[in-house]
Amino acid sequence: MNDMSTSTVTEDGRTIGGVMMEMRNITLRFGGVVAIKDISFDIREGEIRAIIGPNGAGKSSMLNVISGFYHPQEGEVWYHGARRKAMKPYQVARQGIARTFQNIALFDGMSVLDNIMTGRINHMSSSFLDQAIWWGKAQREEVEHRRKAEEIIDFLEIQAIRKTPVGRLPYGLKKRVELARALVAEPKLLLLDEPMAGMNVEEKEDMSRFILDVNDEFGTTIALIEHDMGVVMDLSDRVVVMDYGKKIGDGSPDEVRQNQEVIDAYLGVAHD
Amino acid sequence: MAEKTAVRGRPQSVPELLARNVAQFGSKPAYREKEFGIWQSWTWREAAVEIESIALGFLALGAAEGDHIAIIGRNRPALYWSMVAAMKIGAVPVPLYQDASAEEMAYVVDHSGARFTICGDQEQVDKVIEVQETVKCVEHIIYQDPRGLRKYDHTTLHALSDIQGEGRAARERLMPELERREGKLEYDDTCVMLYTSGTTGKPKGVVLSNRNVIETAKNSSEFDHLRPSEDILAYLPMAWVGDFIFSIGQAYWTGFCTNCPESADTMMTDLREIGPTYYFAPPRVFETQLTNVMIRMEDAGKFKKRLFDKYMAHAKKVGPAILDGKPVSMGDRIKYWIGDKLIYGPLKNTLGFSRVRVGYTAGEAIGPEIFEFYRSLGINLKQLYGQTEATVFITAQPDGEVRADTVGVPSPGVEIKIAENGEIFYRSPGTFVEYYKNPESTADTKDAEGWVATGDAGFFEEETGHLRIIDRAKDVGQMADGSLFAPKYVENKLKFYPDILEAVVFGNGRNRCTAFINIDLTAVGNWAERNNIAYGSYQELAQHPRVLNTIQEHVETVNKSLANDEMLSGCQIHRFLILHKELDADDGEMTRTRKVRRKIIEEKFHDLITALYDGSDEIYTETEVTYEDGRKGKIKATLQIRDAAVIEDTAHTRVAAE
Repeated sequence: MNDMSTSTVTEDGRTIGGVMMEMRNITLRFGGVVAIKDISFDIREGEIRAIIGPNGAGKSSMLNVISGFYHPQEGEVWYHGARRKAMKPYQVARQGIARTFQNIALFDGMSVLDNIMTGRINHMSSSFLDQAIWWGKAQREEVEHRRKAEEIIDFLEIQAIRKTPVGRLPYGLKKRVELARALVAEPKLLLLDEPMAGMNVEEKEDMSRFILDVNDEFGTTIALIEHDMGVVMDLSDRVVVMDYGKKIGDGSPDEVRQNQEVIDAYLGVAHD
Repeated sequence: MAEKTAVRGRPQSVPELLARNVAQFGSKPAYREKEFGIWQSWTWREAAVEIESIALGFLALGAAEGDHIAIIGRNRPALYWSMVAAMKIGAVPVPLYQDASAEEMAYVVDHSGARFTICGDQEQVDKVIEVQETVKCVEHIIYQDPRGLRKYDHTTLHALSDIQGEGRAARERLMPELERREGKLEYDDTCVMLYTSGTTGKPKGVVLSNRNVIETAKNSSEFDHLRPSEDILAYLPMAWVGDFIFSIGQAYWTGFCTNCPESADTMMTDLREIGPTYYFAPPRVFETQLTNVMIRMEDAGKFKKRLFDKYMAHAKKVGPAILDGKPVSMGDRIKYWIGDKLIYGPLKNTLGFSRVRVGYTAGEAIGPEIFEFYRSLGINLKQLYGQTEATVFITAQPDGEVRADTVGVPSPGVEIKIAENGEIFYRSPGTFVEYYKNPESTADTKDAEGWVATGDAGFFEEETGHLRIIDRAKDVGQMADGSLFAPKYVENKLKFYPDILEAVVFGNGRNRCTAFINIDLTAVGNWAERNNIAYGSYQELAQHPRVLNTIQEHVETVNKSLANDEMLSGCQIHRFLILHKELDADDGEMTRTRKVRRKIIEEKFHDLITALYDGSDEIYTETEVTYEDGRKGKIKATLQIRDAAVIEDTAHTRVAAE
């Protein structure tokens, strides 16, 4: 396992720090079904970490374990050098973990700006009463939150749809708004569940660019699940490969690409 | 500075105008830009401080007098400041088209020999770095928006804010040098260099002096009674002479405020929020807006639609007359007033034209119906005729003398003469100094007495004294039978239909005319949706039989109107086809200002032209296209060719009919 204190510099000049999150021997069962079987891997600070695998490999379950939505029956999740107890998702969010969903989960009737503002909820500390009459601290806070939201809007180039209700937006833009909402929470760890699912080539390119920029500009650690192998290999620093709930590969994109088990899992293998 | 102005009587350079504005309107807004969802503003005094620090930063980097400083990016205050800062240090700003490819940019950067480039963002920086592979003159790249640039090698790359910081830090040391250079600026020194987009050949660098810019700005501002309280929206390319004159020339002369939109996509929202009082747009923008209004009205409820139609008809009847101050009956005026409260006012507000006092359109002919639509709403939309070499203004329409088919009377200080072949020549205080490093072209265009050939053919209307433009002089040709061939005149008539985006007419030296048509995807797509016509692509929609029928009707209507014109009846279109792709500047088929490049189109689509003349019903073709990121691809299509009815010479028809 990597030493906590080591940090490396990638070819393109980004610094990747020590271990931020570590999954130790995670097993997750739903009744008799074993979704995840004894998996261990780590996520290092500042890296883009991908989890790939064929359908039903347990990728989304893994992401749900990281985000605290599922509690594994066996194994431990270590975050910033401390073992994490079973938590509610909102408690996990307060620890600086934000996510997007495979099936977009935005408020359709609300504007893009309002949707993004909801991502600031964990940073709001003014009382209900202050907010209701919009006075004092609540007012100052809102100005600050709006500024943060506007910075993200600028960053993701969605100024033109700021006031548009989300329900009227095309799919690719909704995905971007969801990313904006996750980013505005200023997460340390960003979880992306199939960020490019259902996108055309151009939208995928845009999204890839934004993911790289987020990592670069804000230094956010990113863990993502993705089907599209090409995208994953281009984006990530390290890749975990899962198949039938087991880890079958872990390493740099090049290492993973040459791993026989991974090739078998993706291309199938003759059973004789 | 002020003393010098006093001695000379009038400011001699743009930086001097800036100093004058700081003294006169110091606390009035000079620039606004929407950023982070809020309009940020800078007063003349604040802008001058920013400009000074950029200028000092340039000095700190070692910029010399006479250097060219290229500026590439969308309209943002900091880039305008960089231009004025360049002037302050005796350098020459050279704004470039931001959507140019690296290849196109390489030529102008190399030609201008720019040592410094100021880039808006990463996209432009990337292009300049690509340019540097072949062009060696660029020493420093300065950028405004740092996004995505952190990892770049910063040995010759600088953030504009860092440059400003360095300038401020070295203020004491560098200020005497800055004052010395600024004090030296003369009326006939170069103010700016602008590259013409060029319908043919390589772009040419048009050198404009302070005299050109200031005299033109003064004359044109007085002509339209511009005031320091005007607001304009700067959204047209900074490399285009019009933007330079409106956003720097007239803005500095008059002291009005230049507003920059948040991004290209938010232009319409920003337009509505600012509500400019002085507005300029090429006909295409007005067309698009009108098309959008009409499409939305189609979706409106019955009552609203009827109300709209009723009052728009009334506006069409009396609106232009009211605007021109002609006598209109009391009843009509009252009805127009009601219409204004119910329809015109809210509509103008939606379009962002509530406050427009003076609006201009130029660059291409505007459809009479589009023109009348805006005029009838009470928007003082006018036409002007100009070019880069004239510092824009050659002719303009005075208030109250506005018509769709003329371009107005000579602007103040401009002399015009018309050569025997119909070509228009002018001489004015705005006449350019020279084409940079191109004395041959300079001599070809400008004669010893200062007369400049416009390359356009036209004539003065006898009764009104207004100029009418027919076509590019070199495009005006002859048909095989000797009759006049004026392709652009016909193309414009076709383009006035919302369905038709672009048209290219052929026929020079031939016995009959034919045409390529580009459909307008917004308008035709909307129509297709309404009529339950499914289509998968532009190409498929373009070849739909019903689309072809509609276009054929348009062509035949144009033929009818041409038949009435004695001179141009030979230009009726016998056969046409709808192109399988939109003509695009990225493929070299149009200029960046969207004018068709005839020669290139003729070569590229020669197989289609042959088919238009050999009588075939359809033709299979493959065309190479360039995507926005520079990659190339091929599109294949089978195009239908249609025959359009033409009306033979009236005399002949009559004989044939009987």
